[in-house]
Amino acid sequence: MIRDITLGQYYPADSPIHGLDARIKLLLTFIYIVTLFFVNGLVGYVFVILSLAAVIRVSRVPLRFMLRGLKSIVLIIIFTGLINLFMTPGERVIFQWGFLTLTMEGVLFAFQMCLRLVLLIIGSSLLTLTTTPIQLTDAIETILKPFARFGVPAHEIAMVMTIALRFIPTLLDETDKIMKAQQARGADFDSGSLMERAKSLIPILVPLFISAFRRADELATAMESRCYRGGEGRTKMYVAKMKRKDYQAVLLGVVYIACIFALRYAVSAGIPFFV
Amino acid sequence: MKMVTAENVCYTYWKTVEQADGTSAQKEVNALCGVSLSIEKGSFTAILGHNGSGKSTFAKQINALLIPTEGTIWVDGMCTSEAGMLWEIRKKAGMVFQNPDNQLVATVVEEDVAFGPENLGMPPADIRKTVEDSLLRVGMTEYAKAAPSHLSGGQKQRIAIAGILAMKPDCIVLDEPTAMLDPGGRKEVMETLHRLNKQEGITIVLITHYMEEAVQADQVFVMDDGKLVLSGMPKEVFSQVKRLKGYGLDVPQVTELADALRQEGVDLPADILTVEEMVGALCRLQSTI
Repeated sequence: MIRDITLGQYYPADSPIHGLDARIKLLLTFIYIVTLFFVNGLVGYVFVILSLAAVIRVSRVPLRFMLRGLKSIVLIIIFTGLINLFMTPGERVIFQWGFLTLTMEGVLFAFQMCLRLVLLIIGSSLLTLTTTPIQLTDAIETILKPFARFGVPAHEIAMVMTIALRFIPTLLDETDKIMKAQQARGADFDSGSLMERAKSLIPILVPLFISAFRRADELATAMESRCYRGGEGRTKMYVAKMKRKDYQAVLLGVVYIACIFALRYAVSAGIPFFV
Repeated sequence: MKMVTAENVCYTYWKTVEQADGTSAQKEVNALCGVSLSIEKGSFTAILGHNGSGKSTFAKQINALLIPTEGTIWVDGMCTSEAGMLWEIRKKAGMVFQNPDNQLVATVVEEDVAFGPENLGMPPADIRKTVEDSLLRVGMTEYAKAAPSHLSGGQKQRIAIAGILAMKPDCIVLDEPTAMLDPGGRKEVMETLHRLNKQEGITIVLITHYMEEAVQADQVFVMDDGKLVLSGMPKEVFSQVKRLKGYGLDVPQVTELADALRQEGVDLPADILTVEEMVGALCRLQSTI
């Protein structure tokens, strides 16, 4: 049953979004997240939601996969909402009870913050749903490469991520095996208090760690014997090349940024419809 | 031409051992002492020995993962103790290890095969070609996009071999490549190795403790306690049933049977290694009666 845990959350499909260069996707997601905090006014949010909906539609990933990502942070959203609801200073008081003051400004601001969080999570899960972990790792490596001269270990970070991804299924398998072996000898993982259950994990973790270290040692030897000597002088089988659709995506991104700032300007300038 | 020449190779290391009173002490271990041998280019060589006989240590010497503390090893004329030759030697003599899980680096088969050439700094187009070619040679082309964790042990080991082939070596050293495989996987791997040896002339050095695998080799070395104790053609080596048993090794079942029959006075040749040979010998015997 432990094998069912899926690696990352890649949703395989054949869509224009899946086919985009991972670097571009990473860059666009970054822009999307940053610009999200410049949006204000109802029209601005409607524009963001419509653009996001359009991209999701094109990506052919079912909406419920996006919403699944929200489940894990529902508490954070509620918490953020409550804090903002009561802590925002304002003049249009709706009601007051002890030290709690609910203002019209608070309601609006809390709603805005929650909406931003939801949009942020959906947008970034779109990236991980349409990009394989390995593409993502490569993209991170190429994006970090210019910073290598400032001491950022770009190649090493990417290598560590690749190896971690490679060994997740192996170690899950191993955990399963160890658990069965301990259960066969009478170990009980499913009953007792929280403390007892935590303690019963020790006989799993100790062998798992020992074997992980042994594997790491063997892997290092194997890599060395295959002439691995760090990132220097290394080439790549796949050289990511910008294609026409990648440039088109960048163009769309620029248009998107322009729209966001135009809307923001419209709001601050006080043009009636946009306030 | 010699692929590997070892001259009086010794390898000593210090090991921390726990003593009876709980303290630990340094102990000197002689993993190899005075091993001299040579392996011809294009040959299929098996090195036999029980656990701790030094056979794996010797394998790592060929790949320059370990350097002899005494003596010298030449791989295709390059001395492993010379630091400048390290990567050339590793390119020339690739190494496959026992556990297929612990030698695959990438999450996609073709990316893993590309790991070696990428390290060597080959141009991307050449890497593409050599990866496709290597997968074809081990018969794993259809799995190019698969994840290694979904493959069987024998398939993973063939991927590991492809990863070495992609570096265009002249020699492949395999350290018990079949020890963790089921009989089906073992057969897959052995067939691949023999094909590479026969059709492409790649020198194979197989470290093993399965006698059946050693029988098909051109030349067999037996190691015990860090020393080279027996060497020769499989027929010469396996006919010495008593001596092999003394080194903690089993001889092929048929050879043992032939040996037992000979002791009982049945007139059989001493070099029977396979069931077919046994049948032939017994039929000849019957016709003379």
